[in-house]
Formats: sequence, structure tokens, C-alpha cells
Amino acid sequence: MNAHPALTARQHPVVHVANLVRSFGRGPNILDGLDLAIRAGEFVALLGRSGSGKSTLLRTLAGLDEAPAGTVTVPAERAVVFQEPRLVPWKRVWANVALGLRTPDARERAVAALSEVGLSHRLEAWPLTLSGGEAQRAALARALVREPKLLLLDEPFAALDALTRLKTQGLVASLWRAHRPAVLLVTHDVDEALLLADRVLVLDQGRIGFDLHVNLERPRRHAQPAFASLRSRLLRELGVEDENPVEPVEELRTPVRNTAPAAPTHRLEDAVWAASADALARS
Amino acid sequence: MSAAVASTPAPGTGSDQWLRNRRYLPPLLIVVLWQVAASAGLIPTRTLASPAMIAGTFAELITSGELPRHLLVSLGRVAIGLGIGIVVGTTFALIAGLSRRGEDLLDATLQMLRTLPFLALVPLFILWFGIGETPKIALVALGTMFPIYLTLFAGIRGVDAKLIEAGGTLGLTRREQVFHIVLPGALPSALVGLRYALGVAWLSLVVAEQINADTGIGFLVMTARDFLRTDIILVGLIVYAILGLSADQIVRILERRVLAWRPSFLKD
Repeated sequence: MNAHPALTARQHPVVHVANLVRSFGRGPNILDGLDLAIRAGEFVALLGRSGSGKSTLLRTLAGLDEAPAGTVTVPAERAVVFQEPRLVPWKRVWANVALGLRTPDARERAVAALSEVGLSHRLEAWPLTLSGGEAQRAALARALVREPKLLLLDEPFAALDALTRLKTQGLVASLWRAHRPAVLLVTHDVDEALLLADRVLVLDQGRIGFDLHVNLERPRRHAQPAFASLRSRLLRELGVEDENPVEPVEELRTPVRNTAPAAPTHRLEDAVWAASADALARS
Repeated sequence: MSAAVASTPAPGTGSDQWLRNRRYLPPLLIVVLWQVAASAGLIPTRTLASPAMIAGTFAELITSGELPRHLLVSLGRVAIGLGIGIVVGTTFALIAGLSRRGEDLLDATLQMLRTLPFLALVPLFILWFGIGETPKIALVALGTMFPIYLTLFAGIRGVDAKLIEAGGTLGLTRREQVFHIVLPGALPSALVGLRYALGVAWLSLVVAEQINADTGIGFLVMTARDFLRTDIILVGLIVYAILGLSADQIVRILERRVLAWRPSFLKD
């Protein structure tokens, strides 16, 4: 795990799910006795084949889906970013971010959040005039302005073009570093999960079938042998055979020794950028 | 239009203006031919008054104060009837649109009544309300209520469920969701209903004023019929057309203001 000093103090779980069962209609149980704990400030990625119940789990944690059985404990301060930005088209960008804030300084907070995602020049814009990447950044600002203890990301990069996706991933990484909410990222993309997350879970047959601690030092790069090895492992868990399987490296069998907090020069978004550049070069 | 522009080589500023305005030439030509035929005695005045005569009568009716007086009465009837129609239609749409129970209570009845040609209710309205202002206003109100109800109801139900869900995750209460998301989302549809209602309002007015009225544009037209004054009848028709056009224009301006967020307006 990351040995960020501020983090060790609050490593109790903020999300606790026990024996969660969910089915739709008379179908089989989509979630079938699922257990999950997420610690404060932890970045968890959730992988799974389509239809495996990833989104159902996220929606349950978001309070959008009632679980018929099981216990679910989540913090009240939650925020969700969906695959689509879901901005309200008739409210200007800043008003979208301020929506639901009940403090008198709502506008100032919205403006601050928007400048954090690099949209301070689009405060008064109508959402339908934003590009896909801008709209998703506004959605991120709208989530972060609520200072969530749990940030739920439902494939937030899936609808973005390749370049915008890389930039937005970098943004999410830096926002997470700055605010340290616990994050649950639902994604299809193994590389994305490995670049961003402390832990990668694979949902299979209604339970967490595989729980991988990503002990890779940040910044992470695709080119790292350990990265490629983890990638092969995860793909195998997902039932996809990697074309160029990489044998597990020794480094992975024993967790990487806790290193000192990343040097200030190691900015995570740079790392993602670098990794992204690798990804681009390979594609 | 655009095809015509494309086919014309090298337009200067003068020819640009010509291209823009040439579409008004055919109707103008028709009016000129009409006038020529009337002057030559080919069209008897009792069949159709000449354009010059209509223009003269128009001016005369305005200066004598007769047209403004009738126009004011007609406008008043439309305004009151439309106002009642909007208030009732909006109330019903909110009740039915925002709750299942409200829908069960109102929707079936209103959908059934809607299929009734409401102008056929005129005899009944005269029996109920007599021949004063009430049946005329009631007819306008009834006619305008349905388009308002239908479009606002459909608009409320058509609001993107994903937006409402997102509003829920932002901690909006139900009342806030209605105010911030549902009603603004239903507005484009409701404004289409308003435009339609304005059309229906004039239509109801024409019918209502031709029965037992002693003021209003319709009364003016009906009296003119008795005296074979086709010029006054045509003045009445022109006034109706102008009123319809201006009402539509007002709603367009309203749309531009309140739907400024829509891409169709953003392009301008």
C-alpha cells in the first residue's frame, strides 16, 4: 500500500458491504453474496465482463439501486460521475456545479472547483456547447465540489476519444491525490485500472473473484515489466488470453517495500501522461 | 432559396438584395393582377372587393375607431379565454405529470374529452351560458386547455430520467428536482403547446363571434355579410391573419429568451 503519512491515520473502511444479493426480475442473482471493503482514501478499480454487475454494485453504493439483501455501509458524502456527463442543459456550467449546494458561497465553491479542472474560462457557458472532455471535467468538478468521502466513477472515460481520455485520466489522478476521497472506478479497461488504482477487483459470478493489490510505485508506466505482468494476470482473470503473456516477475510476489512518499517532482498526472504516451505509441 | 443562391454566379450587393426579395414578387403580382381585373370590371365587387377598395376600407375603419373598438373586444376575449385555458391546462398537466395518482385521476378523462371536436359544443354552451361573453370565453378556454395540457404532460414525462437520477445523487429534494430539472425540461414541449393553443384560440374566437355577438371582429364580418360588403369581410380576414402571425411571433421571441440554452438557438 501507499505509505502516504496522512493516509495511514484513516485506513478504516469507509465502504463496507457484506453478503450483498441483487437480482433483476426472476433472473439469476447478478450480485450473489458479495463482500467488499474500501478504506478511506483508497483508489479501487472494479473490472468485470459486461453484465457482471459492476454498474449494479456502483449504483447500490450510490444509493440509486435498492439492495434486497445484505448490509451496505457507505458515507453520506458520496458523489457520482457517470459515463455521460449528465449536466443539466438549461443551467450554465457554474450553476450545474453549484446545483444542490446549500451554502451561501455555493457560486465561489463552484468556480473554485471549475478552475481546478481547468474550466474557469467556461463558467458561463451552456453545457451543450462544451466538448465531450470539457463536459466530463465539469461533471468531475460537480462531484468534487461536494467534498465526497467516496467518489463513484461509472466508466467516466468510456465515451471520450483516446487523447481526451488520457488527459482526463491524468486529471482524475491529480484530483484524487489532492483531495484523497475513496474512489471506486468501474471500468472495462485493464490498463486504466492499473494506472490509477491501489487495488483492482474483478467481479465474477456475483462476487469479488479476484483482489489485486497494485504494489507498483507511482508514476506507473506500461513499459514496466511488472505492469505488463499484472496486465496479463488481470486479462487472464477476465477470460482473455493476452497475446504476449508476461511471466510474473519476482518483484510482484512480495509486495514492494513501502517507499518514502513520492518526491514532489513525481507528479502522478505526469506519470499517467507518460504511461498514456506509451499506450499511444503501442496502438 | 439556397439553391437559387448557389446557381447565380458572382452576386453583387444589389443582386443579393434582389435574390432575397424576389420571393415576394409572385404574391405582389397576384395582387396587381387582382386589382387590374377588378378595375377592368372582370371581378364584381359583391364577389370580391379590389385591393384598393380593401385598403381604403381598412383605413376608414381604423380612423372611424370602429375597427380598434371591435379588435379590443376580440383581443380581450382571447386574452381571458387563453389565460383560463393556460392556468387550467397547466394545473392539470402538473397534477397528472408529477404523480401517478394524478395521472390516474385526470388523464383518461382528459384524453377522452380531447377527441371531442370542441367547436361542436357551441350549441350546448349557448344553452348553458346564454349568448353573452361567457360562452365565447369558455369556448376559447376549453379549446386552448387541451394543447397546453397534452404538451406539458408529455414534456414532464419526457424529461431525461438520467438527469433526474443525477439530480438525486446531487442531493436535490423532490421539490428541487421538479423546479430545477423537470419543469425546465418540459418547457420546450410546453411552448410548442402554447403556439398551438394560440392558433386554437383565434379559431374558437372566429366561431364564437359569428354566433350571437354584437361586438368583435367576427361580428364586424357577419354584419358585412348581410350588406354584401366583401371589402369589410376581407379586412376582418386580414386582421385575423395579422393577429395569428403576431401571436406566433411573440411565442418565438419568448422561446428565444427562455430556451437560449438549446443548440438550435446557440448557432445564431
